[in-house]
Amino acid sequence: MKKIALLLIGIGLAGPALADEFTKEDTDRWMAQFEQVAAEGRRLWTSPEIGTNGVACAQCHPNAANTHPETYPKFQKQLGRVAQLWEMFNWCLQNPLEGEVLAADDPRMIAMQAYVYKERRGVKLAPGKH
Amino acid sequence: MKKMNTLSGRRDFLKATSSGLIAGMLPVSLVRLVGADEHGTDFTFAYISDSHIQHIKDSKFVRNWDQGLIRAVAETNLLEPKPDFVVFGGDLAQLGTKPELDHGAEILAGLNYKMHAVLGEHDYYLDLGEYWSELYGKHYYSWDHKGVHFITLNSILTYDEWTYDRWESPERRMNEMAGLDNPNGSPFMVGKKQLKWLKKDLSKVAKDTPVVVFSHSPLQKIYKGWNFWTEEADDVQAMLKPFDKVNVIYGHVHQIQYNQIDNIAFTSVMSTAWPWPYPESYAQAESHLPIMTVPMNRADPFNERDATGWQFMNMHTGRVDLEFNLYNNTNRTVSFNEEKGHPEDTMFDDPANRIPAQQHF
Repeated sequence: MKKIALLLIGIGLAGPALADEFTKEDTDRWMAQFEQVAAEGRRLWTSPEIGTNGVACAQCHPNAANTHPETYPKFQKQLGRVAQLWEMFNWCLQNPLEGEVLAADDPRMIAMQAYVYKERRGVKLAPGKH
Repeated sequence: MKKMNTLSGRRDFLKATSSGLIAGMLPVSLVRLVGADEHGTDFTFAYISDSHIQHIKDSKFVRNWDQGLIRAVAETNLLEPKPDFVVFGGDLAQLGTKPELDHGAEILAGLNYKMHAVLGEHDYYLDLGEYWSELYGKHYYSWDHKGVHFITLNSILTYDEWTYDRWESPERRMNEMAGLDNPNGSPFMVGKKQLKWLKKDLSKVAKDTPVVVFSHSPLQKIYKGWNFWTEEADDVQAMLKPFDKVNVIYGHVHQIQYNQIDNIAFTSVMSTAWPWPYPESYAQAESHLPIMTVPMNRADPFNERDATGWQFMNMHTGRVDLEFNLYNNTNRTVSFNEEKGHPEDTMFDDPANRIPAQQHF
C-alpha cells in the first residue's frame, strides 16, 4: 500500500495532479497527433502501396466520399452481417485492390479511418443507414 | 439471407451472362423508333468512355477495368440497328503509358464500326498526347455526318506553367493530374489557340445545323475540386449560343448528369471502369449538380460492375437521346423533351417512379 501511494505521488509530480487539469497546449498537442495520423491516412488512401494491383482507395472514393463512416456499424451485403467500417476497408483491400487484409489495430487501418472520419466531419451519426 | 443471395444471383446472371444471351436480349431494349425530321438526320451512334486501362506489370492489367471495356465492345457490336459510328470519350489509359494505351486500343480495335476518339487527361499528361496521337490522330477536330456538325474538343489542357515547368518528370506530372481530388492538380482548359480554332470552325456552320460537341470534361461548371469543370466553359457556351440546337456530351465524371443552359443540352456518360460519387456526397464541399439531374442508382460495390456501362445514342431532329446501358443497374434513358426544352429521364423524372437506391449521401 505504501509503495502504491508513493508511486501515485511520483506520477502526480510529473504532471498536473488532477484529471481535469489540462491546458489548451495539451488539447492542441492531442489534435496535432490526430492530424498527423489523418495525414498518413490520406497518404495511404491515395497510394497504391496497400494493394497489389496499383489501384488506390481514392480512385473510387475521392476525398473519401461515398464511404459514409457515420452509418457504421451496418449490414453489409458483401459480408452478410452487421459490420464495422474497418471490415469494409478490408473487403475493398481484398477485392478492388487485390491485396491483403489489415488487422483492426494496424496503424495503417487506424490512419485511414482517421482520414475518412475527418473528411466526413460534421455529418450526423446514422448507424445502420443505407 | 440465402433467399436474397439467390435472387440477386439470378439477376446478375441475367444481366451479366455471356454475350450469347445478351445477343438475344439487347436489340429489344435498344431499338428506338423515330419519325423523319426536317434535316433527315435520324441515326444512331454508340458512346464508350473512361475505361482507365491500368497496367500492373509485364502483361498484367487490372482485370476489373479490362472487363468493363471488353464488355462494352462486345455489346456495342451486337447493336441492332447498327450505329453509324462509335465515340470513345477519353481516359482510355490510367497513367498514359504505351502498354496501357496499346492494350486499350487493342480491345477497342474489336469494334465493328468507325471510331472517333476524345482525349482525356489520363491519356495526355505523361507525354502530352504524343503516343495517343499516333493511335488516334488530332487532339481536336470536326466533321459532318448526315446534316449534323460534330466537334471533338480537347478540354483537359491547363496552365503552361503547370504543364511545362512545375514537375521534375513526366511521370510525376501524370501522377499529380491522375488524382481526381489532388490539390496539386490544375483546372481543365480548352486554351486560347483551340478557342480561336473553334470560332473559325463554327463560322462555317449554318445556325440551323444541329451541333454536337464531344469533350472529356463538362463544358459547364459543376465542382472545381474534382475538375467536374472547364475553366472557359462560359466562353465555349457563348460561341455555341447562336445555334438553334446544340448538344454537349462529356465523360470524366463517371456518373449520370444532364442539364440545359439556353439552347445547349448537356449529358454526361458513364465509365466502363468504376463510378464516382456525386460531389454533393463530399461533406466538406459545395457542388453545383444541375437540379434537373436525377442521380444514377447509388454506387455501392456489391458487384464490381455496379454503376458502370456505356451509351447508345439516338440522334433525331437535331437532339440526342441517350440510353444508358448499365451492367449491373437498371438501364436509364435520358431523352430531349421538346415541350419542356431540356433533357429528362423518361422514367425517373416523376419522383413517384424513383427507387430508393437513387439516394446519395
